[in-house]
Amino acid sequence: MAVPLAFFCLFFAYPVAAIVGRGLKGDDGWRFGRIGEVLARPDIGDVLWFTTWQALASTALTLLLALPGAYVFARFEFPGKQLLRAVVTVPFVLPTVVVGTAFLALVGRGGLLDELWGVRLDTTVWAILLAHVFFNYAVVIRTVGGLWAQLDPRQEEAARVLGAGRFAAWRRVTLPALAPAVAAAALMVFLFTFTSFGVVQILGGPAYSTLEVEVYRQTAQLLDLPTAAVLTMVQFVAVGAILGVHAWTVRKRETALRLVDPAHTAHRPRGTGQRLLLGAVLLTVAVLVLLPLGVLVERSFDAPGGYGFGYYRALQDAGAGGGTFLVPPLESIWNSLQYAVAATAIALVIGGLAAAALTRRGGRFVRGFDALLMLPLGVSAVTVGFGFLITLDEPPLDLRTSWILVPLAQALVGVPFVVRTMLPVLRAVDGRLREAAAVLGASPLRAWREVDLPLVRRALLIAAGFAFAVSLGEFGATVFIARPDRPTLPVAVARLLGRAGEMNYGQAMALSTILMLVCAVSLLVLERLRPDKTSGEF
Amino acid sequence: MSTTKKIAGSALAVALGVSTLAACGGSSGGSEAKPKTITLVSHDSFNVTPAVLKEFEQQSGYTVKVLKSGDAGAALNQEILTKGSPRGDVFFGVDNTLLSRALDNGIFTPYEAKGLAGVGAEYQMDKEHRVTPVDSGDICVNYDKAYFAEKKIAPPQTLDDLIKPEYKDLLVTENAATSSPGLGFLLASVGKYGDAGWKDYWTKLKANGVEVVDGWEQAYNQRFSGSAGGKKAKGDRPLVVSYASSPPVEVIYGEPKPTEAPTGVATGTCFRQVEFAGLLKGAKNEEGGKALLDFLVSKKFQEDMPLQMFVNPVVKDAKLPEDFTKFGAVIDKPETVAPDAIAKNREQWVKTWSSLVVK
Repeated sequence: MAVPLAFFCLFFAYPVAAIVGRGLKGDDGWRFGRIGEVLARPDIGDVLWFTTWQALASTALTLLLALPGAYVFARFEFPGKQLLRAVVTVPFVLPTVVVGTAFLALVGRGGLLDELWGVRLDTTVWAILLAHVFFNYAVVIRTVGGLWAQLDPRQEEAARVLGAGRFAAWRRVTLPALAPAVAAAALMVFLFTFTSFGVVQILGGPAYSTLEVEVYRQTAQLLDLPTAAVLTMVQFVAVGAILGVHAWTVRKRETALRLVDPAHTAHRPRGTGQRLLLGAVLLTVAVLVLLPLGVLVERSFDAPGGYGFGYYRALQDAGAGGGTFLVPPLESIWNSLQYAVAATAIALVIGGLAAAALTRRGGRFVRGFDALLMLPLGVSAVTVGFGFLITLDEPPLDLRTSWILVPLAQALVGVPFVVRTMLPVLRAVDGRLREAAAVLGASPLRAWREVDLPLVRRALLIAAGFAFAVSLGEFGATVFIARPDRPTLPVAVARLLGRAGEMNYGQAMALSTILMLVCAVSLLVLERLRPDKTSGEF
Repeated sequence: MSTTKKIAGSALAVALGVSTLAACGGSSGGSEAKPKTITLVSHDSFNVTPAVLKEFEQQSGYTVKVLKSGDAGAALNQEILTKGSPRGDVFFGVDNTLLSRALDNGIFTPYEAKGLAGVGAEYQMDKEHRVTPVDSGDICVNYDKAYFAEKKIAPPQTLDDLIKPEYKDLLVTENAATSSPGLGFLLASVGKYGDAGWKDYWTKLKANGVEVVDGWEQAYNQRFSGSAGGKKAKGDRPLVVSYASSPPVEVIYGEPKPTEAPTGVATGTCFRQVEFAGLLKGAKNEEGGKALLDFLVSKKFQEDMPLQMFVNPVVKDAKLPEDFTKFGAVIDKPETVAPDAIAKNREQWVKTWSSLVVK
């Protein structure tokens, strides 16, 4: 527990506290009066209001569209299901720049809808809401669908035999069992949309701003640290509350449910109704998830000299984009992979140790620590990035220009995923096995290697896969600290999008497609490793 | 618990081992006597021809490391935050709209660069030489030549023209709160109409259908009908706030290269931006930093700059490339606002502007 705690304090709590403190501390000491001043400003009021209502609307819309999907993925057997489940998860780990770009290509000026029907949704709130559904569809599918697949359908059947109607049986039996999972999924979606940054920045235009976007503007552009500090604290409190409620629903979900092997609950759709439902869900997935991804791929091949690999070939030139890069953009793939490996290693060590500590100990303190490790998911990357700048500036920790900073920041986001994946599995390991090994003379390390490791290897691999995919896609923090000669894939995409000219745009599309492929492959491998008995929380 | 502790021990060793290696890798080659590396911190737009930089490295015996960090505003703010313990030796990229923020925060050590005598006096805005002028550029309204030829109306030339009825719903500009050309255009109106008149001007501009987008990329590459990107994105605004050097860019990166620029510059709408570099306080390699500043105002670098960053040299006898003079516009009378006035009023101007135009 000491190591994860130290890591968390050094690379998260300390930098964030330092930058917030800088904002709130005047020459004459602390100025907490600023909190009231900032919150009373009408423009800040607008931001708070927009942040909240768009998150609520996004969550509602996501649940509306994804819950039928969760049912279909849980209960129906159809060809290509595994592949489709991996594909709908791709957006979740895609960087927001790519998602924003995909949506611009679809609903923006000159986008597909514009060409077909003259419909443009860019700079409207609809584009933001739809992009949020695209992003979070998988959260509902995985959290709710995962549990739904393990609920014993015979319980509902029993209720019907006893005379309950179809709906009444579902409402009395399935819904109560499912409710905590739905609540947990809704809260996760709410958390992700409440802290939305890239989507709102690219699709929202100057009129819309979330707390996270406003923190970025106040910090990076206006250097108004007091305002940024107050907004960071507001977001902190909000995220803390969301996580608190989330932890509570998760605990409720852990109360005994009779779970069965999902392989036995799914069947081929029967009758017109079920086939229609399957069709409707597949159509939703096609329009909401596959279409934006498809448009991206299409654009990447639409080179000036006709369809082909023109943009992909251009990625090998160092001079591409008028010298935007010191190295060929293609090298960013290699950079990204290296960073991701390092970030995964750090996240596994820190997350694994945290999960181990959480399994062995109980109590309020440890539960608080659990929630604490989730906090990086909800804190502005610019706050962390600027915090790094002012705290990690003295030897032996002058890491500001060192490459290790990138994996460290990425690992911060990866750790919560590792903890969430490992925790249920570790809790299931029977302590008596370990004791037996010790009695037979095994050293603690040997006991761990012989007992724990074989049991958790699979979960470990899955956690690694998630941490890997997340760090591949991480953009917010990386963009502040990635060195110019070693851009990651998402940073390279953003740089290409920021330059004039057709070639740059096309190369951005090509790189995004490559990133998508890398993410999809790691997720497919993950699907293969998915253990049958655990419902991961992501 | 002992298991956890053991794993913890080895984990920490791994984590720290990796970072120690990284730290060693970063500082290798640095000797006690004289640092061999100069670190230049700049924004994302900094570019130099590799051969030109190599020549400087060979002559001076230093290696130059460039650290780009975000757009101009963000890059400067990071320098202010790390004041006294900078990441590099020289910072390039503070312009006259942000100059007073940099100077008030005292992030620079004064140094009079060799060759400063050759730099035009109008660019030397700091008498103490805490900053050295490096380039200048004009933020101007660009127009789509084809559009105005087809409609048979003359393109606008001045700020006054833009509020005339024949140019209704044609202009797209950037958010002055978040974009430097957006702020430059706001300052052009302040320069022209004064503190009393600019609000009135923007009220009329708003009534005449000006559209505001977040950044330059969106305005120029998505909405403007005259640029290569805008054409592809089916932009429908023939007037955009960009730079006087944008037409040459359209020619040089054209595919195939056109014989004439597809866009023109409304020369009476311009605000002049000057960019500076300075030696950072607390720099590890002060001598090298000074040499780099000399290099930035050397004729070699100044003549390389136009086609790398699309800005104008500030050294009087630096020659401009042919593409630049042929397709670009020379602005004789740009609007200007004194840095002190900008420092005092910028925030209030932007706030007023936002409530007038964005909301």
